[in-house]
Amino acid sequence: MAVSSLLDATRERLLGLPKAVKLILLLLAALVAYALPLLNPPILTTPDTDFGGVLFIVTTYMLVALGLNIVVGYAGLLDLGYIGFYAVGAYTVGVLGSQHGHLSWLVCLPIAAVVAMISGVLLGAPTLRVRGDYLAIVTLGFGEIIRLTATNADWLGASFGISNIPKPPSVDLFSVPHLVWSGGVASIDLSNKSTFLTFGVVDSVPYYWLGLTMVILVILADRRIKDSRVGRAWEATREDEDAAEVMGVPTFKFKLLAFAMGAFIGGLSGGLYAAYIGFISPVSFALIFSILFVSAVIVGGAGNRWGVMVGAIAVAYLPERFRGFADYRVLVFGIALILLAIFRSQGLLPPRRTVRARRGASKVESLESGAFDG
Amino acid sequence: MAEAASRPLLEVDSVTLAFGGVVALDDVSFSIDEGEILGLIGPNGAGKTTCFNVTTGIYRPTSGEVRFEGASISGHKRYSITKLGIARTFQNIRLFGAMTALENVLVGADAHHSTGVLSALFRLPVHRREEDEGHDLALEWLDFMGLQDKADEVANNLSYGDQRRLEIARALATNPKLLCLDEPAAGFNPAEKRALMDLIRRVRDRGFTVLLIEHDMRLVMGVTDRLVVLEFGRKIAEGPPRDIRDNPAVIAAYLGVDEEDAS
Repeated sequence: MAVSSLLDATRERLLGLPKAVKLILLLLAALVAYALPLLNPPILTTPDTDFGGVLFIVTTYMLVALGLNIVVGYAGLLDLGYIGFYAVGAYTVGVLGSQHGHLSWLVCLPIAAVVAMISGVLLGAPTLRVRGDYLAIVTLGFGEIIRLTATNADWLGASFGISNIPKPPSVDLFSVPHLVWSGGVASIDLSNKSTFLTFGVVDSVPYYWLGLTMVILVILADRRIKDSRVGRAWEATREDEDAAEVMGVPTFKFKLLAFAMGAFIGGLSGGLYAAYIGFISPVSFALIFSILFVSAVIVGGAGNRWGVMVGAIAVAYLPERFRGFADYRVLVFGIALILLAIFRSQGLLPPRRTVRARRGASKVESLESGAFDG
Repeated sequence: MAEAASRPLLEVDSVTLAFGGVVALDDVSFSIDEGEILGLIGPNGAGKTTCFNVTTGIYRPTSGEVRFEGASISGHKRYSITKLGIARTFQNIRLFGAMTALENVLVGADAHHSTGVLSALFRLPVHRREEDEGHDLALEWLDFMGLQDKADEVANNLSYGDQRRLEIARALATNPKLLCLDEPAAGFNPAEKRALMDLIRRVRDRGFTVLLIEHDMRLVMGVTDRLVVLEFGRKIAEGPPRDIRDNPAVIAAYLGVDEEDAS
């Protein structure tokens, strides 16, 4: 509980800062984030795997978490088949860039996002009429349908998958060396440089930069959309669908919109991942990823864009960081989830209003049980 | 205030509603004139809320028709009925709990707005205009309902009375021609009830027509222009409050007098 209230207090303090200070802090944080794979900070870095690669995967999870947050966190629709949209994005890039065409990745990516969005609308139009658990089941099926289709369709490479997926075009401008740390002292490692921007097969750092940039763009877009009629309509639908409808919100339309937006971002993430990994097969899109995506959103705090990014870090980064524990990491992850459910069921960083509402409720509770504590 | 019998805003025309074998409303007809406060009363289970749900388009009548400004509302989606100009509150409060009071009212104000993803994303003029408009309207109604200090409070954390008033503010923000209130004073003490009735009268004075469901007879007598009394899904009386007060059928319905005495 103490940790829980410390989290809330820290957040309150951060949010209480003047706007300019917050902006500077954010810019600094972004700068540090961009420099992270070069700095290789001793505690953060992953000793057993390529740190840049891990960070890149984290950004794809962040994108996914941001997209899924629109569906689960804002509109309150439990989607257990989100991997499907991710797969549609990846496969679109694969099909247009390698399997059946040779389009540039820059052309493939927007098409992939749009195709994913269309698949979101196609899935949503018939299924968004069912609610709650039923929707979860239908979407679960969708994720599997996509995977099975990919496994069985020859023009999608069947179970062999698609290889030689195009990389983003490189523009070599300058190189930056990495730091190496030994015994708390940093030194510059001139033999290990990242080139801005070479999208090759050896160095993952440029992909990470690209991923991070996309995350930032999505955050900016998400902020603007959330803080408008659209965001309010989503939240009203989540809170009470019937009341929202009676208050003039065309809830079906907005739910479909949430699905489409979420799918769009999922498709972006999939297309980005495909370019990095260069090879996709149905195995990359197993059901477990849908579950991981949803847990990223729930662990982080559904409805808060910063929260779900923390969740994405928890889900994608921590297992890599503790690769040394190999066999136990899934167990530890499970225990962590259980502890979280007990002590902080609203997620690590829930929306501030949820925190306030909970505080109000617990105050009432303590008054009712007669336990005054000021 | 009420220029009586100008023209009917809403007409309920021999509406029957059956849920399977249960007839919840049996051939009910009444109309609401522009600018009046019509009270819909009746004992528990008389079909008041059902009748209310039919007039606001939640239920579709089995037979008969509900006309708003002369046009049938059946077949309209619920959100478009709101756009036509019918707004309502709920008997059991149904606010958007995790949203602030202001946001709740803004959702109501958004009923007539058209900002979409693109205009929000690029902060187009339509977004900014509607956002300003909505905030002005929302703050005005919060102020009217005495909730100006609670604008940033989460709806779930508001007191019971504030939640009831917030529901009315949210409904008013949709700028309705007809405001339907479903037992807005339920759970209030007498002083609060009087204050609320006063508020409802002021809403009417601002040019809104009000349909009011209320349980408490004495209360509705003071505020309504006309009353419709339901019992077991049938209309048993209609008229100005003072006629209704002395109507033997109404007294029987409320006090449960024996059949032979009631007639």
